[in-house]
Amino acid sequence: MSRASFYIPLGVFVLILSMGYVGFDLGARNDLPSALINKPFPNFNARLLNDPEQTVTREQLLGRPTLVNVWATWCPTCLSEHEQLMLIAANTDVQLIGVNYKDRPEKALQWLAQFGNPYDLVLDDRDGLLGIEMGVYGAPETFLLDANGHVVYKRVGDINPRIWRAELAPRLKALGVAITDAAEQESKDS
Amino acid sequence: MAQAFAIRGVFGRLGLLVWLLGQASAVFSASQIDTFEFASAVEERRFKALIQEFRCPKCLNTNLAGSDAPIAQDLRKVVYRLVVTEGMTDQEIRDYLQARYGDFVLYDPPFTSRTWYIWIVPLALGGLGLLVLLRLRRSVPKHTGGLDPSEQARLKRIVGDTQQDRVESKQR
Repeated sequence: MSRASFYIPLGVFVLILSMGYVGFDLGARNDLPSALINKPFPNFNARLLNDPEQTVTREQLLGRPTLVNVWATWCPTCLSEHEQLMLIAANTDVQLIGVNYKDRPEKALQWLAQFGNPYDLVLDDRDGLLGIEMGVYGAPETFLLDANGHVVYKRVGDINPRIWRAELAPRLKALGVAITDAAEQESKDS
Repeated sequence: MAQAFAIRGVFGRLGLLVWLLGQASAVFSASQIDTFEFASAVEERRFKALIQEFRCPKCLNTNLAGSDAPIAQDLRKVVYRLVVTEGMTDQEIRDYLQARYGDFVLYDPPFTSRTWYIWIVPLALGGLGLLVLLRLRRSVPKHTGGLDPSEQARLKRIVGDTQQDRVESKQR
């Protein structure tokens, strides 16, 4: 009996301690699961950043795997992941779509001119409404869509070489995206 | 950024202090900054209850009403639009936000395969505690209030000795 009265509270204490350890792990913050995983990417009708006369809808993105990257000029992390996005654009045939989120179009265009434009298309989401449809709560966020427009993966935070190697590249390969050896070589070097 | 904070001289510092105080008062009045107009008191009450109810996705433990984060401001506008313009019911608005931001925005999470443990664990721990308490109570020996003969003899011996001591010390 006295053993039980010692070990049971001890066990409960260790249980609570381990739950706290897991639950308050700061790394888990980025793992906030997207409500969109395995669901269709939301419908939208957005203007193009460089040509406001033209609008793009969800249907126009379908047919091939697509990365949708939410970025803004006010977001320092977006600048730090920009180099990796340029590498992805240069060395894979994935469709790369930018969503310019709550930004000023003239600033965004200047940013792309200065640092280079990795995107096939950039959507203008200056009021953040498309962001709300996507469940965006801070830039940068990146969604991977399969050819049918279903969200298979979401990353909150920057796409760095580690994330590219460990999480993004394998998923792109699984979706049939061609990746040149140079991409893997360069990301290993950096 | 660094240049903006390179505050030099007494006046620079005073200016910084005034600026910081201004920021602080802005924080305290944060929830009153948005100006929303309502056609009816019912709509206003619903709006206020809803923004109290949802968690700000960017913050760990602040609701939409209490957060200054840009996303919370945006979502307050969304809730306003859904209540006033779209005329959605409270449940439809909950579903709308949950579909986009997940269970995280609900302070009252549904019972699902991913959330079962936050419901079960407190109940299980409470039950375990009750069990331990009961077993501890049962293991305490029953106390009848009296002493058995051998204990009485021992008591008598001790108390008797003490009384004897007292008598002896008085005689000295």
